[in-house]
Amino acid sequence: MSPASVPIASRASAIAWRFATVASVVTETPRARTIVLDVPKWPGHRAGQHVDVRLTAEDGYQAQRSYSIASAPEDARIALTVERIDDGEVSPYLTDVLGAGDRLELRGPIGGYFVWDNALSGSLLLVAGGSGIVPLMAMLRHRAAALATADMRVRHRVPARLLYSSRRWDDAFYRDELARLVQNDEALEVAFTFTREPPEGWTGFRRRIDRMMLAEVAWPPRERPRVFVCGPTPLVEAVAAALVELGHDPALVKTERFGPTGGST
Amino acid sequence: MKGEALRLDGNAAAGILSEVFVPDLTTAQATCANCGTIRAMGALPVYAHGMGTVMRCPSCDAVILRIARTRNKLWLDLTGARLVVMAAAAAPTVV
Repeated sequence: MSPASVPIASRASAIAWRFATVASVVTETPRARTIVLDVPKWPGHRAGQHVDVRLTAEDGYQAQRSYSIASAPEDARIALTVERIDDGEVSPYLTDVLGAGDRLELRGPIGGYFVWDNALSGSLLLVAGGSGIVPLMAMLRHRAAALATADMRVRHRVPARLLYSSRRWDDAFYRDELARLVQNDEALEVAFTFTREPPEGWTGFRRRIDRMMLAEVAWPPRERPRVFVCGPTPLVEAVAAALVELGHDPALVKTERFGPTGGST
Repeated sequence: MKGEALRLDGNAAAGILSEVFVPDLTTAQATCANCGTIRAMGALPVYAHGMGTVMRCPSCDAVILRIARTRNKLWLDLTGARLVVMAAAAAPTVV
């Protein structure tokens, strides 16, 4: 229904603001929800892009924030996963108040730099911190949508690995879906690391992402994987620096810093 | 807050840039007027705050682009870029 690639260069005017309607909301974690939206005349998007959301108060005051699109371009509706920032201006409304049937003003899709398409060859390494998983999940969902229709030869053409850092098990988004994706695809590997409270009996990583962990998880630099890193600014900068230190080509490492709190407030 | 924590990427400026430019500027290559470094604009460090958005050279820290919006004006300072190269917008033929 939506085109797989958006001809952004062919638009005739600024990206329009439009009112989307909330089709449903899904609880992801105690602090995060996915909002599924019907957007009139949605032109389609690429995995990794975001939308700008604008809230207008009764007195006319406006607050605007950017949210990565969580859904694959193949889906008819778009999904945003929002994590509540306690004294945020926008996120508490989206996680606590907005419900099915409500309207939400947004514009997009925005951003042609931090995007990945199935047409791109080469291994795919995704590194996420906290809510930085959202645009990377769109990439994995897009990859899965293509593999659903392809044969085994195509499956092995795009090996993918995700390294996902969260404070604790309950804070990690999409756990069940990631488990299903891994189960159905031997070319996909997912590694979690928990930085505050690993689950009981956890034998995996239990610290912040560092150079040693990346050396273990990433393909060697000579494989030239495409890398996407997303999350709080300090994590993203540390990971990008470590990858370059390990020998990865900086031109192949794309970053999306979410800012100090790791999410839009 | 530490300076580095307030840094974002070029993508964070894509929204406001889309109000000025038709092609997606984040995939454009900018040449720093100060040191000559060439980078995709999506890869430039971005500092965004109430006053506006600033994109800096990752090599020499010079300001490459500044953009701000007041109520009905957009202010754009591109003097920090000696050159910007982007894919040409293909205008559709309206039937």
